[in-house]
Amino acid sequence: MSALTIAGRALSSRLLLGTGGLPSLTLLEPVLAAARPGLVTVSVRRTSSTRDGGLLDVLRRLGVPLLPNTAGCLSAREAVLTAELAREALGTDWVKLEVIGDEASLLPDAVGLLEAADQLVRRGFTVLPYTTDDPVLARRLVDVGCAAVMPLGSPIGSGLGIRNPHAIEAVRAAVDVPVVLDAGIGTASDAALAMELGCDAVLAATAVTRADDPVAMAHALCLAVEAGYAARHAGRIPLRSTARASSPVSGRIA
Amino acid sequence: MLITVNGQPTELAGATVADLLTARMDDPRPNGIAVAVNDEVVPRDDWPRWPLKAGDTVEIVTAVQGG
Repeated sequence: MSALTIAGRALSSRLLLGTGGLPSLTLLEPVLAAARPGLVTVSVRRTSSTRDGGLLDVLRRLGVPLLPNTAGCLSAREAVLTAELAREALGTDWVKLEVIGDEASLLPDAVGLLEAADQLVRRGFTVLPYTTDDPVLARRLVDVGCAAVMPLGSPIGSGLGIRNPHAIEAVRAAVDVPVVLDAGIGTASDAALAMELGCDAVLAATAVTRADDPVAMAHALCLAVEAGYAARHAGRIPLRSTARASSPVSGRIA
Repeated sequence: MLITVNGQPTELAGATVADLLTARMDDPRPNGIAVAVNDEVVPRDDWPRWPLKAGDTVEIVTAVQGG
């Protein structure tokens, strides 16, 4: 599997991992060892103690590249300030940009997302926006300078997989930056499908962190991303509506 | 003076961001932390000299698990 490069930086893996939802921080290290992710997402939240740094201590000790997100932000203003705080706290100008339309659907707010992406690019951020599976919006995000686009397969945390594979293919065809399938992954076959559809990477969080065995699922997704990537580049057979024998038709006994 | 820290009214004896961090965290320069005053991020190097005044709104954040 060749390395994925985003904004000139080569990532060690095409599986990106969210840390949200792990029942215990002690699982983080074995999960990361099994997933070997190219980037690991974290959120930014209010804190009243320095002991909250336990997560950062683990991630820094393991040398994992961090991708802060703006999860939960409901406006461009909130998302831009959160990204600025993340840059200051974590020393990275990469951001997984989320501007959420409402807390029930957790769907992106297309208008706020585009506005925040534009502002953050102007402020020197490398912006990876969590977006809908809309190729038109994806192109607009690239037009304002986003380094990748991260379309959803289905709602965050739903595990419903990729509900509209044609839309994901259309996003892939619409932009010339990396496409990262984000949100909706439930199990290994979803991750493999994302790669087969032409995505450059997959971001999974809940699928791993809330699995019965997060370490085993991390391993499964790691394999699935690799398998899907290999299959995509192998050139699959065309779909047919009728059978086509693979054994010779001549020379059969009468 | 009375300021708002992470949404809570807070009485602060000191005068700077570093004073506030010392009072809350026993450390004027904790790692992995970012501070915004009135929606403006205050760079770490400016904490010791960044003045706080009554009525200021301060956010103190760090990284937590997230997707």
